[in-house]
Parts: sequence; C-alpha cells; structure tokens
Amino acid sequence: MVGVLVVAMYSGLGMAAPDPYQLNLPEPQSIIAEQIYDMHTMLLWICLAIFVAVFGVMFYSVLKHRKSLGFPAANFHHSTTVEIIWTIIPVLILVGMAYPATKTIIAMKDTSSPDITIKVTGYQWKWGYDYLTGEGEGISFLSSLSTPKAQIENAAPKSENYLLEVDRPLVVPVGKKVRILLTANDVIHAWSVPALGVKQDAIPGFIRDTWFTADRTGTYRGQCAELCGKEHGFMPVVVEVVEPEQYAQWVAEQTTQSAAAAVDASREFTMDELKAEGEKVYAANCVACHQANGQGIPGTFAPLVGSKIATGPKADHIDIVINGKTGTAMAPFRHLSDMDIAAVVTYERNAWGNAAGDVVQPSEINEFRK
Amino acid sequence: MAAVDHDIAHAHDDHHPTGLMRWIGATNHKDIGTMYLWFSFIMFLTGGVMALTIRAELFQPGIQIVNPELFNQLTTMHGLVMVFGAIMPAFVGFANWQIPMMIGAPDMAFARMNNWSFWLLVPAALLLISSFFVPGGAPAGGWTIYPPLSVQMGMGMDMAIFALHIMGAASIMGSINIITTVLNMRAPGMTLMKMPLFVWTWLITAYLLVLAMPVLAGAITMLLTDRNFGTNFFNAAGGGDPVMFQHIFWFFGHPEVYIMILPAFGIVSEIIPTFARKPLFGYSSMVYATASIAILSCIVWAHHMFTAGMPAAGQLFFMYATMLIAVPTGVKVFNWTATMWRGSMTFETPMLFAIGFIFLFTIGGFSGVICAIVPIDIQVQDTYYVIAHFHYVLVSGALFALFGGTYYWLPKWTGHMYDETLGKWHFWLSMFFFNLAFFVQHFLGLAGMPRRVPDYALQFADFNMISSIGAFGFGLTQLLFLYVVLKCIRGGEKAPASPWEGAKTLEWTLPSPAPYHSFETPPVVK
Repeated sequence: MVGVLVVAMYSGLGMAAPDPYQLNLPEPQSIIAEQIYDMHTMLLWICLAIFVAVFGVMFYSVLKHRKSLGFPAANFHHSTTVEIIWTIIPVLILVGMAYPATKTIIAMKDTSSPDITIKVTGYQWKWGYDYLTGEGEGISFLSSLSTPKAQIENAAPKSENYLLEVDRPLVVPVGKKVRILLTANDVIHAWSVPALGVKQDAIPGFIRDTWFTADRTGTYRGQCAELCGKEHGFMPVVVEVVEPEQYAQWVAEQTTQSAAAAVDASREFTMDELKAEGEKVYAANCVACHQANGQGIPGTFAPLVGSKIATGPKADHIDIVINGKTGTAMAPFRHLSDMDIAAVVTYERNAWGNAAGDVVQPSEINEFRK
Repeated sequence: MAAVDHDIAHAHDDHHPTGLMRWIGATNHKDIGTMYLWFSFIMFLTGGVMALTIRAELFQPGIQIVNPELFNQLTTMHGLVMVFGAIMPAFVGFANWQIPMMIGAPDMAFARMNNWSFWLLVPAALLLISSFFVPGGAPAGGWTIYPPLSVQMGMGMDMAIFALHIMGAASIMGSINIITTVLNMRAPGMTLMKMPLFVWTWLITAYLLVLAMPVLAGAITMLLTDRNFGTNFFNAAGGGDPVMFQHIFWFFGHPEVYIMILPAFGIVSEIIPTFARKPLFGYSSMVYATASIAILSCIVWAHHMFTAGMPAAGQLFFMYATMLIAVPTGVKVFNWTATMWRGSMTFETPMLFAIGFIFLFTIGGFSGVICAIVPIDIQVQDTYYVIAHFHYVLVSGALFALFGGTYYWLPKWTGHMYDETLGKWHFWLSMFFFNLAFFVQHFLGLAGMPRRVPDYALQFADFNMISSIGAFGFGLTQLLFLYVVLKCIRGGEKAPASPWEGAKTLEWTLPSPAPYHSFETPPVVK
C-alpha cells in the first residue's frame, strides 16, 4: 500500500491544474515548500523500507509458520541482543530524519529583513489584508469567497475554482521576501497556502508571524485551516504572485482607487444613500449569520427583524456593531469604516419592515469611537 | 464440618437480585463489565450514525443533506461520543470482565464504586446527546472545543462540559478501582512481572487516566466560567490567552490518545501468543515499552499545536520528544513479529483482528512519524491527512483490538463458540472497507483538503466519494458484528474451559461461561 503511494506520488509532480487524483503535496513554489516536499519524499522511502522489512518477516512467518503446514512451535521468548539492536537502529533512523527537519524549522522561523510586511486578520468569515511596510504600504482590503451561493446549493454548475476563489486576492511580487503577521478579530483561524509552504494560526489578541518568498508567478490557493464556525469551509486564501513591474502597477492602481473612493465622512448623507450602501455592507459582513431576510437562524443567530437592538435606541445598535457581544457569536466589527458602520446600521434599522426611521451618519460613528 | 458444608453451598449461590435490579444495583464485575460493553456498543452505533451522516454530506461537493451548522455539530459530537462514549468505556468493560479473572481475584476491589462509575456514564451520555435538541444545538466547535469559538456556542456547550465532567469522574473512579484491584488482589505467587500483559497495560492506563482527567476537568471548568461567569482565562481582551486552553487541553489530550491504545496493545499481546502457540517475545521489554510510552505521552502535547505559533526551541523539543515515541512503539511491533516467528499459527477471528491491528496500526505509526516532523506537519495540520492518521490508530488500532478481544473472550463470557465463518467475514469486510474509507484521505490531506469542512473544491470530489462508500460499507459491516455476538449469546457450540489451544492465562482455568464469582479460592501461580 505504501509502495503504491510512493510510486504514485511522482505522478503528482508537474501538474499545474488541480488534479482530481493528486496524491501528494502540491508542487512547491517556495524554498520552504520545496524542502518540505523533499523531506516528505525521503520519509516515505524510509517508511517503505521499514514496512517491507517488518512485514516481509511477518508475512513470511504467516505463510510458513502455520499449524496447518505442521510447523512445530519454537519456545524462545527473549533475546537481549536482538532487543538492544532493534532499539538502537530506530533511534539512528530518527536522528537521520530529525537533522534536515531541524534545519528547515530554523529557516521557517527566520522572518527577519522582509521586503514587504503584510498583516493578515482572520474574520468570521473572510480575510483582511493590510500592507504595513515595503512597496504597497497603506493598501488595505478584505478578501472573501466569490463563489455564488447558488453553486454551493447545487442550483448552478460549479466553476473551476469552486470554493477556492475570492473577490480580491492578496497580490505580492515574485522573488521578494514577504513577512505575514497574523491575528484574528473573533475566533482562531489559520491562514494556509500549501504551495508556498505556509500555514499559521491567526489568534485573536495575539500576533503570530510567518514568511514566504514565491519562486514563480502564478495564483496559489489555500483555505482557512482552523475550525472557525459555520462558514469555516468558505473562507479561501488566494495569493497572486506577479512580476515586480506588474506589482508596481497594481500598487499604483490601488492607491488611486482608494483616493477616489474616499468619501467625505463629515458630510451628511440621505437615508437612501445610506441604505443603498448599507445593503452592500450587510451582504458582505452580516448575511452569513443574520440571513438575507434578517431573520437569523432560530436558536443560533439572533433575528434583526423587530429586534430590540434594531428598533431601539441608536446608541445600543452602534455599540453592538462596533464592540460585538461577549459570549455570543456576535463579533466586533470595529474594523469597518465609519461610513460602512453608519450605512449598515441605518440599513438594518430600516429594512425588512423595521421602521426606526432614523438615520445614522458617519460622523456619529466617528464621535462614538471617541 | 457443618460450617464448611454451609460455606460450599453458599459459594454456589450467586444470590443477586433478578430482573432490572440485577443491573441497577450491580456490584458484580461481570455484570458491570457487560453493561459497559453494551453501553459502549450503543454509543459506537450512535457515533457511527453521525459519521455516516458526515460522509453522506461529503459524498459530493455542494451542500445536500445537512447545513454547515449541523455538520459542525455532527463532527464535534462524533468525536466526543466515540472517544468518551465508545472506545474508553469499552476498554473499561474489558478491564471489568478480564482483570479479576486474569489475576485470580473474585471480583473488583470496590464493588459499589464500580456500580457508580458505570451508572454515572448513562446520565452523562444522555446529557451529551440531548444537547442536539436545545436552542443552538449541540456543541459545534470540534471535539477539542477550542475557545473563543466554544465561547460562542449556545447552552449545548454547557451540557457537553457537564457531561465531560461526569464522564471524567466516572473514569477516575474506574481507574482507582483498577489500580487497587491489580495492586492488592493478585493470586499468591503472581508477582507484578508475572501479570498478563493486558493487566499491565491497564494498570499503566489507569495511572494515566488519574493524571489526565483532572486536567481536562480544569480546562473545561475554566471554559465554563469564561462562558457564564465573566472570567477571562481564554479571552485576550481580558488578559487571558486562547492558546493556554490548547496547552491544557492537549496535556490531557495526548495521554488520552495512549489511554485509548495501551489496553489495545494489551489485548493484542494476549491474542498473538495464544494463536502462535508460543510465549510472548520480550515480555519485560513490552512492560518497559508500555511504561515509556506512557511517560513520553505526557511531554509531547504541543505537537498538536505546531501551527499555533511557538518558539523554534519549543517546536524542536516537541518534535524530538514525539519522534522518540516511535522507539518503544517499534519495540512492540518487533516483539509481536518475533512472537509470531517460528510459531505454530492458526488464524481464527481474534488472530485475524490482531494481525490486522499490527498491520494497520503500523501504517498509522508511519503517518504519525511524518506528522511529528514539524515542517511536514505545517502542511498536513488540520487536513484530512490527520483524519486518516488518527483513524488508522483509533479505528484499525483501538477498535480492531476491541473486536479481536471480543471474539477471543466471547466463549468465556457466554459459554458458546461464536460463528467462526461470520467472524472472518466481519474481519475481511471491516479490513476492506476501512482502508477504502481512510486510505484515500491521506491523498486528500496532502493535496490540501482541510478537515471539518462541509463542502470542498472539485478536485477532491472523487476521493471523497470513494471514502464515503468505504465508510458506509464499514458501518454496515458492524451490524454483522452485532449479529455474531447476539447469536453467540443465544446459543451455539458449547465452549470448553479453554477453547484456544495456546491460551495460558488464568481465566482459561475457569469453566465457560465463567462462574458469577471468579476465583473464590485464589489459584496459586508458580
């Protein structure tokens, strides 16, 4: 069985498109992933050798040392020499395995002198990317699943990258050392990209770090690896590795776009403007739990229709959106902009028959945050 | 003289209540053992139905049968029910039945505590299962119940915590009983180093339980107060640390892994020499290997957390310590092989399961070493590779040993021989479908499919379908096991005191079925 595995493993190499019969780790795209790949191959060979040796002896015995063949039972029951030998040999094999692993661990931990540092924040259920230092500094966006609900519910044919596609991928230049700082907003998530040899938990309240340098351009996909609630299977990671010139161009585009998109948060907005914007924010952030009709999921996620919060005083509503509610699934959403929070609160108070009738302006959120 | 006659007459009177009261007020180790075994089998079927629902959902990509919330509840409860409801109580059932008979004692040391430790399990299990029916449903944070996710759950989580508390208390009571029985009630002449290996492995397991269960109780109590009383043990915003829970949980959780496998080693070490008609090779090295595994199991917990973030020194320490476990485990496999070598083997169902155990457990051992290597673990952590790994050691490990042990001792328990042909069918079907279900999961994991997801990318579709077919085959095969056991209880060829030619331990000196009180006059062991 292990033999089949080892032989078949090589067929996994050199296949770029997702292969339904991929038997091995994905083709490595960074130095660490390559070391891991080779180490795994070496270990499989060692395991295969031990397997053949041990079960060769055992199955020889099973075939030959049978009562039905008239084989008489021997009566030996120990041999100190043999026992010492088969204790020492495994120790030596293990030392042989540990040596390359130790070198790789030390290399994996070296997150010093990066070209670009990006903070990755896990949210239920999307990723936030903030470019902290290096080229692209200041760029910040959220990245969430772009597979339509209809495909998941089997109402539409599934696309090629079903569940592994996002609205805005992380973009990094090829050949540059990228340091990833990780944290989370609500529960523990894990950011993983197998082809780059990276997987690291994102823990609320703490910062962890890891790094990669992509060897080749391309799109590399991964998924959240730590159970983080009901949409855990639906928060993929997509990293787009591009040539440095392309990266510079992407950075320029992002900067102009964000300048254009920046709204004057001090101005007064109308109810319709806020509701229209709020519906989008709701669809991106709230709909997974509270549902498109605002009814939530009975017993699990609170309804917003006719709820005390959504029909009561504005301040309580703003508070629960910004600070969350401890001990429940309601996470804090203070990472959203003043505009987004104002819009979504206004929307929730005036949708699905809720008729608070009041408008929340971005300036109020700004005030609330102080 | 009259007094002596009276004693003899008295000795043959089992005088236990009949009907339901026999079971509710049971103080007899065999009655309690029987209840443990039936309880664990019912839990095994319950957890099995959950597993099959999971596999049915994963049969094809897309959401078809259960929504993601219920899916997470099912994976969580499958783990909790199988670990705490099926595997652990099954081994305690074996301990109850076998330890007094194997050491030449009349019964367990604390008969009433024995009753209590079983009957606590029933309300605990009801509490755990009924969490499906409360608002918010059963816990859905994985069997490892990591905060902060487990703090978000509804009251089902509190019910699970309380159930675990009760089950933990029951386990500790059972362990104290086993330790006391083994240390104080052995027949004259049976020194520790003459005990059957099953008794040795259970003695060491019982110590591990007494060490590990209170740690779990501490972790879940802190979780309970974080959830309900505003403490912040695991909440970073209040000065706590969510990763601390993982450390405490796995300080329990890793010894727990060996709690579930050491008695399995014991059962296999009884079966192999019997059917090889040859003494166990390296008895004392088996004992030392078991003890080394138990000690090492307490210093490797953070290998479950290599991606949680820890200093390089921490990763190196836990990697080296974990790899070391391969040495005593290897010694055991070599000893079993050497026991078979130049034996005069026959292959009745218990032997088939024992060899199946060694074969598949070793594959689980190989994937265990691969998982121990930190850089590789970074790739396979929280993927189906890990699922495959621990099902190879827990299903084809612990469960196969339980099946083997059941067939081995059924003649002693029931007084009848089981149906050998059906037993062999049970083995070969289990072997085939188990590998069909779980071997392909290695590939899924290496290719990057995360665990605990209700839906997956299209490239994983074919292997998931194969795995689901295997799982359904495996699940249905277990109904055959139930049939064989029921048939054996109801009748069959009369079993002699020792149906197995090579069996040497004390229980085979008793008639079959074993008398209600095992050894009223202790045998003398030379």
